[in-house]
Amino acid sequence: MSKRLRNILTPLIAVVLGIIVGTIIMLVSGYDPVAAYTALWNGAFGDVYYTGEVIRQVTPYILAGLAVAFAFRVGLFNIGVEGQFIVGWLAAVWVGVSFDLPKIIHLPLAIIAAMVAGGIWAFIPGLLKARFRVHEVIVTIMMNYIALHSVNYIINNKLNQGSSKTGMIHDSASLRSPWLQEITTHSTLHWGIIIAIIGCVFMWFLLEKTTRGFELRAVGFNQDAAHYAGMSVNKNIILSMVISGCFAGVAGAMEGLGTFGYMAVQGGFTGVGFNGIAVALLGGNTAIGVFFAALLFGALKIGALSMPLEAGVPKELVDIIIALIVFFVASSYIIRIVLDRFGKKEVK
Amino acid sequence: MKKRKFGLALSLVLAAGTLLGACGKSNDDTKNNASKGENKEKAYTVAMVTDVGGVDDKSFNQSAWKGLQDYGKENGLEKGKNGFDYLQSTSDADYSTNLNTLSRQGYNLVFGIGFLMHNAVDEIAQQQPKSNFAIIDDEVKQPNVASVLFKEQEAAFLAGVAAALQTKSNKIGFIGGMKIPVIERFEAGFLAGVQAAKPEAKVDVQYSGAFDKAELGQTIASKMYASGDDVVFHAAGATGNGLFKEATDLKKKNPDKEIWAIGVDQDQSFMGPDVVLTSAMKRVDLAVKDVADKAKDGKFPGGQTTVYGLHEDGVGLAPVNSKASAKDAIDKAVKEWTAKIKDGSVKVPGTLKELKTFKAQ
Amino acid sequence: MEYVIEMLNIRKEFGNFVANDNITLQLKKGEIHALLGENGAGKTTLMNVLFGLYQPEQGEIRVKGKPVKISNPNIANDLGIGMVHQHFMLVDKFTVTENIILGKEITTGGRINLKKAEKEVRDISERYGLAVDPQAKISEISVGMQQRVEILKTLYRGAEILIFDEPTAVLTPQEIKELIQIMKTLIKEGKSIILITHKLREIMEVADRCTVIRKGKGIGTVNVSETNPNELANLMVGREVVFKTEKKEGIPKEDVLDVKDLVVKDARGIAVVNGLNLTVRAGEIVGIAGVDGNGQSEFIEAITGLRKAESGSIKLNDNELMGLTPRKITETGVGHIPQDRHKHGLVLNYPIAENMVLQTYYKKPFSKNGILNFKEIYSKAKKLIAEFDVRTPSEYALARALSGGNQQKAIIGREVDRNPDLLIAAQPTRGLDVGAIEFIHKRLIEQRDNGKAVLLVSFELDEIMNVSDRIAVIYEGRIVAVVNPKETTEQELGLLMAGSNRKEAGEGTHV
Repeated sequence: MSKRLRNILTPLIAVVLGIIVGTIIMLVSGYDPVAAYTALWNGAFGDVYYTGEVIRQVTPYILAGLAVAFAFRVGLFNIGVEGQFIVGWLAAVWVGVSFDLPKIIHLPLAIIAAMVAGGIWAFIPGLLKARFRVHEVIVTIMMNYIALHSVNYIINNKLNQGSSKTGMIHDSASLRSPWLQEITTHSTLHWGIIIAIIGCVFMWFLLEKTTRGFELRAVGFNQDAAHYAGMSVNKNIILSMVISGCFAGVAGAMEGLGTFGYMAVQGGFTGVGFNGIAVALLGGNTAIGVFFAALLFGALKIGALSMPLEAGVPKELVDIIIALIVFFVASSYIIRIVLDRFGKKEVK
Repeated sequence: MKKRKFGLALSLVLAAGTLLGACGKSNDDTKNNASKGENKEKAYTVAMVTDVGGVDDKSFNQSAWKGLQDYGKENGLEKGKNGFDYLQSTSDADYSTNLNTLSRQGYNLVFGIGFLMHNAVDEIAQQQPKSNFAIIDDEVKQPNVASVLFKEQEAAFLAGVAAALQTKSNKIGFIGGMKIPVIERFEAGFLAGVQAAKPEAKVDVQYSGAFDKAELGQTIASKMYASGDDVVFHAAGATGNGLFKEATDLKKKNPDKEIWAIGVDQDQSFMGPDVVLTSAMKRVDLAVKDVADKAKDGKFPGGQTTVYGLHEDGVGLAPVNSKASAKDAIDKAVKEWTAKIKDGSVKVPGTLKELKTFKAQ
Repeated sequence: MEYVIEMLNIRKEFGNFVANDNITLQLKKGEIHALLGENGAGKTTLMNVLFGLYQPEQGEIRVKGKPVKISNPNIANDLGIGMVHQHFMLVDKFTVTENIILGKEITTGGRINLKKAEKEVRDISERYGLAVDPQAKISEISVGMQQRVEILKTLYRGAEILIFDEPTAVLTPQEIKELIQIMKTLIKEGKSIILITHKLREIMEVADRCTVIRKGKGIGTVNVSETNPNELANLMVGREVVFKTEKKEGIPKEDVLDVKDLVVKDARGIAVVNGLNLTVRAGEIVGIAGVDGNGQSEFIEAITGLRKAESGSIKLNDNELMGLTPRKITETGVGHIPQDRHKHGLVLNYPIAENMVLQTYYKKPFSKNGILNFKEIYSKAKKLIAEFDVRTPSEYALARALSGGNQQKAIIGREVDRNPDLLIAAQPTRGLDVGAIEFIHKRLIEQRDNGKAVLLVSFELDEIMNVSDRIAVIYEGRIVAVVNPKETTEQELGLLMAGSNRKEAGEGTHV
């Protein structure tokens, strides 16, 4: 069995297993799985409106997934995507409400602001890791809380336009498009998906085709060998965290400039950053894999909203199915062993 | 050999595709049937979208859902497409999708529960001018949206009076959810009530920053009781559940100690029969049912804001715990203040700013 | 003479690849039987078949004359077959006894009876002269001792037949001597031993008979007393092997590397290189002889910039290297074949092609405006693979998939190709077979003949004596003597390496 085929089959099997176990759970708890999965499918693709919502939901998932995957390829575990996402969201909205500029300047400026904010937020753990070998997992988790509460404070005290949220961004900074909304019968679909796809291409190109990517990957695989080969391990660690944070920041901009157009005080984490971890894992930390994994997660998320209404299945069950898929991907080692057995027998 | 395996995988995918395709088809049929059925019965259907708390938050959302259920019962409707239903949101991004879904499903009236849904309701109402919407706790100025506000401060004021009369240590706690206008109304009213009944009592105000973190609520409550507060009021949704847990635990350990908690939104005495002094009720259920009834009768208050206060029985104080030593005094005082508020001689402050100038006789 | 183990006409396939083709091995009771072959010849596969890890496609295994089917290692254990693995399988934090009884704990009422176990372990240890302290922690004992724990483990489980997989690869010369003694004691006590190795000297010293395999095929079995190293080597490699690498007299020229008063501290802050002086000239190979742990690694790391030096000076063609980054040092003209090829030498998850440009990827023509030119990288890799005889399915194969010898050839190809003024080779032939060693020695001498300076660090005295033009003996972080290989003996070097007799051996002067 070729390696590539195996790499593709593993997540697919994980998804199928997740669905099968989900079916069993539904049967055991007395729900109708056919109706449930039908509702799930229709809730994601049954109507152009929902497809629009799926794509809208997929956009931040792709970027958050890229953020996690990018850091992971350099051997770092960026748990702080959530925090970088939040600061990116705020930065984009802040630029969006505070300036009044032509769209061609305003929109890119808002996105760049989100990128810079996310980048700075990730730079700190990167620096601490490179300089003092402080473990990035701990620092990034803490940075998430700092981000959440600082951003809430800023919204409440600096940008509050009543009801604990910022004002709406100017149209010149908005990713929304009446045309996109029209063709999807008023979904919240916006242009962000284009940016997310550009992000995928960018990550693939940077890692696989450039000199810098060569170094980043080398550091990810073997720091000692990278050091021996004359690469600056510390520089690459910081750089990878910053780029990862930029992705996360842009993911935040998608929400601020596209989905919402404002930012409200957050009662807790949005979950986008943490879903990014699952997306990256399912996507095998490659750009194309992240794209498809995000698509799956987005479809499940949006499709799940219709399940209670159409099939009477509690949406918690969908969370369980998503969790099962992640579980099976995480234990892909087992699937791999089974595939190898399968492969060996065939050879005989 | 490899080819064979690939073929197997491919056929699996295809099979899955056809299966799903078939599912899609069959569903279309049922959908048509459903809409046909709808036309026949012509019931006035109502649905609501909760925030992330869900209908079992023992508070705000649950109360709204109770209103819908009551409406359904009265009109002989069932949960589902031909009657009433709800959708729960898992994140802020789901609000508009959920509102849209319900309105597309053909519900005549869709409620957005909570001020967080302001923008989503505003937007969807514009996109779907033929559908009716309602929002709780905020104002959306669209002709097809009914806005519902409450004078939470009035209920909180009475709760403050009760707390002030019951406290022995003259130290009282307040746990808020997030710093938003609704909760500020609770805080201002409560502080005013304490001040009016017992000016020397001190209130320790803390915000948890979330409506769904019971463990956080418990931590804050534990600190408050440890520092000598003997009555704690919460306006923090499910976060407040931690308060009742802590109070019940403390009471169990030391039954002689004065430990009281005051609930919010609905009568929360079931959360701790020994420790819940009373609750500052916000009758979201009544308001929801009221709006639904009006809409059913063709008198949908679109474009209007209805404010529910003591006067309208939209807010109020739950019966005081019979085990409370000061029950009689509380009942008496509450009666007096209620009358004063109802006749307008006392205006309870709705913001901390107004609280500063509030003087109670 | 009865055979305790007979492996008759064993054939083992992996897909289309035949790892063992009709191999026969017969082990007599009480003998040390060597299994000789190049890396990748199929020795380990054959032993894994015997140990129950693989099932043979054809052939028969007999234990004491009875045909048996060994389908898993537990059956092998029950038949009295024990394996001393090359990579020890010990729990660092456990004591010797705990490791030995792991999986075979003696319990009384659910509790492990450590006392009893310790006594048993001590008894076995004494009987076979292993001198192992049953209470010592694994992390606190030497590699040689850990190997003895592995031996004890097999004996404790009642092994009659012991398989040693490349046991001397990780040992110091002194430890090797002791191991050979232990093997002889084991035989005296009635055990039989299969010794997997490619070191001819050990076979000559300890083995009774030797079975040679080459490229998966059994070549034959010889009585060691009736053969000599040359014959064995020829059997193993399939052609004439030159032991004493032929080389012309070197013509040293100007100083290339000049190290003065170098002090380097290790991770614990101890000055392990302590005032080291050394020069290496163009057109010569300087071999550094010394017992492991006398500062060799730190010395090399300091030259290559991988470790910060405390004080002193390192000059390459009059350019100071101290304080420069590894990249600058590489660019100045230093090539480095690192001691640990997996840790430093290769990115194992990179294709062999990308490993070939590990230090030069950013330069033209491999990179242009920050974009990699894979066409150039692949053509460079192809050239080096052909030139240095790296056996790999293709230049796209991951470095991980190559055998140790081919990985080393790839590294040497890469380093030599950069044509550095100074080539540092640290343990370049560790774990390699005779054919690969010969190849590598030739390449080092070739560099010298091209007028480059070569610094060779090795724990193998043979290698040092064979390849070097001058030998510098390192002891406790200092060069204590520089000798001419033609005018010295292994005995003298051994004494110098042990730190004694410093005065008599000369005062660190040029020879």
